[in-house]
Amino acid sequence: MSLGDSSTPLGKVRGLGSAREGGEHWLTERVTSIALLLLGVWLIASLLLLPDLSYRTVLEWLHGAGGAVPMALFVIIGFKHALDGMKVVVDDYVHEPGNNFALNTVLLFLAVGGGALALFALARIAFGAVA
Amino acid sequence: MTVSILHRITGSGLAIIGLAVLAWWLVATASGPDSYAAFAKVAGSPIGIIVLIGLTWAFFQHLLSGIRHLVMDTGAGFELSTNKRFAMLTMVGSILLTAALWVYLLGVVK
Repeated sequence: MSLGDSSTPLGKVRGLGSAREGGEHWLTERVTSIALLLLGVWLIASLLLLPDLSYRTVLEWLHGAGGAVPMALFVIIGFKHALDGMKVVVDDYVHEPGNNFALNTVLLFLAVGGGALALFALARIAFGAVA
Repeated sequence: MTVSILHRITGSGLAIIGLAVLAWWLVATASGPDSYAAFAKVAGSPIGIIVLIGLTWAFFQHLLSGIRHLVMDTGAGFELSTNKRFAMLTMVGSILLTAALWVYLLGVVK
């Protein structure tokens, strides 16, 4: 990304340039936020429009494509956005390289693991039998 | 300033607690009526309701201050008075939306 010279004076003196990888992270965070804006409104509206939140009702709702597909997107994009956001928080407050790497790695594993678990559960609901 | 910090706090809360509750709810639904009942019992307990109300507020606050950040990313809304009004609106809006949703929800479910 070349959008003019945005280097700090210190950065110019050191002549290191940019890390060249911040732009995509920044943009992804914003694009996922717009998707989650739509999906979040969908989720709240769906929960409000369901006749009740009993096991049976929720199961049938997530069994159909109208519930399962947006929910799968919400899970995938939600965990991605959460990971991107938490990385910004960690990078802002944890400066020691070892701790920073360790914490970011823990968050990555939690996000991928949690997302996989949620998607597996959703797949069981969507492809399972509703007796 | 306050709203910017709130954006981080609510974002972190949603990422850690919100997604954990979402995953638990989906896993409970996938595991059958007994697991779902166990989830519903905790979610419907006084502490569960307080956590869920907190998450709803965090969701609306993060959503509204997120929109504010998107607008500011375009370079708009940096005038002091505009900026302050927009920040206040996100806080008023998140409380009103949370209240409206829970008044409706508790009225329908119970």
